[in-house]
Amino acid sequence: MWDYIKLALLAVIVIFAAIAANYARDLAYQVHAILILAVAGGMFLWQLRRIDEPKPVIDQSSYMDGVIRYGVVATAFWGVVGFLVGVVIAFQLAFPVLNLEWAQPYANFGRLRPLHTSAVIFAFGGNALIACSFYIVQRTSAARLWGGNLAWFVFWGYNLFIVLAATGYLLGATQSKEYAEPEWYVDLWLTIVWVAYLAVFLGTIIKRKEPHIYVANWFLLSFIVTVAMLHVVNNLSIPVSIWGSRSVQVFAGVQDAMTQWWYGHNAVGFFLTAGFLGMMYYFVPKQAGKPVYSYKLSIIHFWALIFLYIWAGPHHLHYTALPDWASTLGMVFSVILWMPSWGGMINGLMTLSGAWDKLRTDPIIRMMVISIGFYGMSTFEGPMMSIKAVNSLSHYTDWTIGHVHSGALGWNGMITFGCLYFLVPRLWNRASLYSLPAVNWHFWLATIGIVLYAASMWVTGIMEGLMWREVDANGFLVNSFADTVQAKFPMYVVRGLGGVLYLTGAIIMCWNLWMTVRAAPERAVSNAIPAE
Amino acid sequence: MESLTLWEQIAASKTVIWMFLAFAVFVGFAFRPGSGKAQRDSAESIFRNEDRPAGDAGKEEVRQ
Repeated sequence: MWDYIKLALLAVIVIFAAIAANYARDLAYQVHAILILAVAGGMFLWQLRRIDEPKPVIDQSSYMDGVIRYGVVATAFWGVVGFLVGVVIAFQLAFPVLNLEWAQPYANFGRLRPLHTSAVIFAFGGNALIACSFYIVQRTSAARLWGGNLAWFVFWGYNLFIVLAATGYLLGATQSKEYAEPEWYVDLWLTIVWVAYLAVFLGTIIKRKEPHIYVANWFLLSFIVTVAMLHVVNNLSIPVSIWGSRSVQVFAGVQDAMTQWWYGHNAVGFFLTAGFLGMMYYFVPKQAGKPVYSYKLSIIHFWALIFLYIWAGPHHLHYTALPDWASTLGMVFSVILWMPSWGGMINGLMTLSGAWDKLRTDPIIRMMVISIGFYGMSTFEGPMMSIKAVNSLSHYTDWTIGHVHSGALGWNGMITFGCLYFLVPRLWNRASLYSLPAVNWHFWLATIGIVLYAASMWVTGIMEGLMWREVDANGFLVNSFADTVQAKFPMYVVRGLGGVLYLTGAIIMCWNLWMTVRAAPERAVSNAIPAE
Repeated sequence: MESLTLWEQIAASKTVIWMFLAFAVFVGFAFRPGSGKAQRDSAESIFRNEDRPAGDAGKEEVRQ
């Protein structure tokens, strides 16, 4: 019966998409309508050919790892795409001629920049989070994923969201909210996918066979729930027409700005921090072969993050139309956040106590440790930059970009690489990775790349901040904006080179993972691996 | 003057107090007597059921 309902639904979507493609008021909407027409049409045919065929029997006494394998591949793929676009736009800033005239306006900096941020945060990071959370919640609940094929819907639905968002940016559809650029229908689609994600995750926890819910699942669940709330509130908008991509925000002015940065900072706090901490609290102890240093500390870490992060958003709006008390509030909570963040860092690092020798012998653990180190560094830098006096220098400069990248490349990127190196041999049943020296190469290329990136952005950010505020004896500004742009050139080139190194490392990783699946020896079959 | 406005805002809102108390209770709960054993068990749960869900004869089993 459900198969027939699916057929009918797909047919309705096909017809609607065809009408939408015809009536489309703008190019992005039209392309999306055709895309959905093709996807839904293809699924309709696929479904039609399988109707009333016998269903394959699924072994319910195994973990559902197929969708995780797809997630791992998508993570690696989108990672390389996102890093590549990042390198391109870094050099576009250094050499404006790279905003190629024949590719205007589709490939200029303004359109590629949101493509880069969304590709690395939502495509690379999001696929990593979905894949890892499915892996973790099954193992720690000792239960197969709840909801059958719903997990596949989450994976494909999320990646469809990414394709819609990415093509939309290039074609000029944006609601101009940072990290929330996709227009209304893409937002609605993500909401549906996200609710399905929550159902799969929560359903698996509910049917768990373990008495306790392992702390990594707390972080992952808080990430899913909070992102749902942030996404819905920040994207409250009214479409101009159902046949077009444009929409009007419900909030306006400073309220809109506050909502946007409440969303924006908690995207950092819950997507890029809580979610990835869930990965840390599972994969670091697993790879180290020791339980987490202090389970109590992880609980305090969790509740402190939950109670504090949600307040920190106003520090993005210092010295704006936002009331002073609100930005002070944001600053105070940001500074308080420093402590639980470092508690979590210490917890992650101390998990290795008694096993520090692994830093020398195990490049995967080294990758995870440096990522925790960068977590600690950027959670110190962030509170410091949120202080008003510091922010008056750093705001609108490239220091902010440097800060974001030491968190994103260092913390999110490195922990994800570590997780991929952990997951691939297990998911494809391989004895070990194809090449550990290649992991070492990846580690050093990525680390040196981040150092080049962050250092050049500190220099250029502080320099331009000081140049902007420099006044002569009569109170006139000394430098024009173009002067700062000219002075920043060498640092822009260094930043681009840092990105090249980081991208090269990621490509080496892809080759290594590919060879692991293709050529590494299979894991010896043994059902009796003793728990440590 | 501005800082006064801030403290007025915080002072005027009892919600902040309730939220702080809730936080203290949640963290305090982690220190309840007997929590250590449960937490140790939970911390070690990641080393069980690596390959299969629990509940099948002859497979790794959940403790207790």
